[in-house]
Amino acid sequence: MSSSLILSVITFVYGFSAILYVAAWVFKKDAIGKTATWITLMGIAAHTAGILLRWVESYRLGIGHAPLSNMYESLIFFSWILTLIYLIVERANKNRVVGAFVAPIAFLAMAYASLSPNINDRIQPLVPALKSNWLIAHVVTSFIGYAAFGIAFGISIMYLLKQREGGSGGRLLALFPEARVLEALNHQMVMFGFLFLSGGIITGAVWANSAWGTYWSWDPKETWSLITWFIYATLLHARLMRGWRGKRLAYISIIGFGAVLFTYFGVNLLPGLHSYGK
Amino acid sequence: MKPNTSNSVLEKTWDFFSSVRLTVVLLLTLAATSIIGTLVPQNASPAEYFQTYGPFLFRLFSLLDIFDMYHCWWFQLLLLLLTANILICSLNRLSGTWKIVFVKNPPFVLERFRKLENKAVFTDSRPLDTLKDLYVSKVKRRFRYVRTEETGKGFCIFAEKGRWTRLGVYAVHFSVVLLLIGALIGSFFGFEGFVTLGEGETEQHVRLRKTGAVIPLDFAIRCDAFHVSFYESGSPKEYRSDLTILEGGKPVLKKSIRVNDPLHYKGVSIFQSSYGRLPPRRITLKLLSTETKMEYIKEVSAGQRIDLPEGAGAFVYQDFKTRYPFRGQNLGETVIGSLVPPQGSAREIVLPLRFPGFDRMRKGAFVFSVQRVTPRYYTGLQVSKDPGVWVVYTGFIVMLIGCYITFFMSHKRLCIELTPRSKGTRVQVSGTANKNKLSMEAVIDKMAKDLAA
Ligand code: HEM
Repeated sequence: MSSSLILSVITFVYGFSAILYVAAWVFKKDAIGKTATWITLMGIAAHTAGILLRWVESYRLGIGHAPLSNMYESLIFFSWILTLIYLIVERANKNRVVGAFVAPIAFLAMAYASLSPNINDRIQPLVPALKSNWLIAHVVTSFIGYAAFGIAFGISIMYLLKQREGGSGGRLLALFPEARVLEALNHQMVMFGFLFLSGGIITGAVWANSAWGTYWSWDPKETWSLITWFIYATLLHARLMRGWRGKRLAYISIIGFGAVLFTYFGVNLLPGLHSYGK
Repeated sequence: MKPNTSNSVLEKTWDFFSSVRLTVVLLLTLAATSIIGTLVPQNASPAEYFQTYGPFLFRLFSLLDIFDMYHCWWFQLLLLLLTANILICSLNRLSGTWKIVFVKNPPFVLERFRKLENKAVFTDSRPLDTLKDLYVSKVKRRFRYVRTEETGKGFCIFAEKGRWTRLGVYAVHFSVVLLLIGALIGSFFGFEGFVTLGEGETEQHVRLRKTGAVIPLDFAIRCDAFHVSFYESGSPKEYRSDLTILEGGKPVLKKSIRVNDPLHYKGVSIFQSSYGRLPPRRITLKLLSTETKMEYIKEVSAGQRIDLPEGAGAFVYQDFKTRYPFRGQNLGETVIGSLVPPQGSAREIVLPLRFPGFDRMRKGAFVFSVQRVTPRYYTGLQVSKDPGVWVVYTGFIVMLIGCYITFFMSHKRLCIELTPRSKGTRVQVSGTANKNKLSMEAVIDKMAKDLAA
């Protein structure tokens, strides 16, 4: 069995668990929620195996490298780390409703990687620019950051829904964690993401310096990662201003994730030369 | 640190620069304006811009320096304002934090801990006097600073740790300043240039990317050889230049550089950045006589004239083209020669490497084709010097450590109050943290469990 096949199957597993999380929330059935958690756990186990297998396969092809070298592989990693962080958050908060808003993100990333005609799932040899240990550090840190921001995005949507109903809300919103908990969670995820986004930008800069002799050249991808960083830095400081808690922070978190998505997908539409992701 | 003159312009400026509101405005402005430079390609030629944007937008963008916006005055001004903001804001708050962090005897107000909601209460069956030493030693295992006090009714233990973590946020802010200082050092005392070297060539000058000026180096660079290899799929596998550094004509260092593996010498770094083909020095020709059907193999160097067999005159290897257009098609790499017959005038002959039969069309006494060329490359090297890079790297490390401390560590204070009861002792564990209150709850729970055990 090839890793691509395993990973395509995982797409459906995650799709199924996302549906279960939503169903558990809408029908208020704890049993469905527990099933969702178990299926996600099995999914991530197979997902881990799939990534490792892909790594082994690349060595069998004689072009061995960590499976983090192109769009397909980075999306697979994004989905993996997002699911992992989500499961930890679920355990710590003992609330599965967040899953209804976060599990679909993992599913969409996998589905896009597996099904989009623009994405090549073949294992390709590394071009000279990517032959660097900094590649691994750069991709891993960046995507941990993106995954944390993805979860913060889901949580911010929940926060806005909860607040729209004036706190008490309808039957479904009553199942959400308290607004105050959602806000704290959003902030925690943003802090975590900010640390790793900083790490991602830094490892990228060190890598660029070792490959091309400049740590920063304002190419669109670099600039967009910096824009993302500015947005989340704004969020961290906006908390300190009167009247800026709650809704506004949730909006900034949502805009921030928009910037993450643009950094990742949109930049290829702009004029520029970032070798990665093309 | 605040100036004393009340309400002076100085004080107003100081207040303006120490506000977080300004920070938020600046960060959002930086984020928004940075987008422009990703939509408008930077540093292209004026002619291209004129063609793309037309006269009006061209004028407007030129006026606002949009074509090189990340280095223009208003963008740099925003960065300068942010730096002033960080410095003044930090100075403003540092003295307060300093007083908290560097006290000998941190103050504890028992009343405040009693009022906290965040606490765990249990009864220990042992008498107060046995518990004292036991508890203190247990608390010491988890907290750095521990102090005990009599309360009148009983006894209490104060403990705290992580006071220094309050400095983490200053590290983060200082790291941003370090990055900007490092970038400034680089732009004043460094350079970014490039040089192209054919195999075997030596060069002591580089051309600067920004201005196009040519500057001399303290040493010369020689390219001994360049190698490029490909995967089966045709995508490039490795670019490698074998370089020698020469001082006063004498080789002092040899190294093969690759992408991601540069050479450093005397503060100057040399990176593999591009390559290309040069006209080969020597080529091997195959001559097929149309009359005798004899085949001849001849080697010829660039510019050399060789006599042809069967008294057919002479041949000169004149030029080598990497592309040769012919009837709307590109024939690829092509040797241009000149055929000098015994009588009459010389004529040009065209020998594309990919089409060995091409010369048949000429219907001459010989059909020429190129059998082999010894490929010759030039390597494109980025040669740069950036004495600020270590300041920037220090900033990177300080930023990561600072963020970790700020986000995930806190100044935690703990108070354990012991009151004797008729049977055993009532124990109340409470505490505060300057941030991440949720994790403090966990600390209190753990501490209470540990004590009760
Ligand atoms: C790019 C620039 C900046 C970055 C990356 C940055 C980063 C940070 C970070 C990571 C925190 C911690 C936030 C938290 O714990 O939630 C923080 C807090 C803070 N920042 Fe900044 N900052 C920047 C600029 C500024 C500026 C210009 C000011 C000036 C007013 C400022 C004032 C503050 C204050 C007052 C705090 C709160 C400190 C505390 O909790 O004691 N920051 N900053």
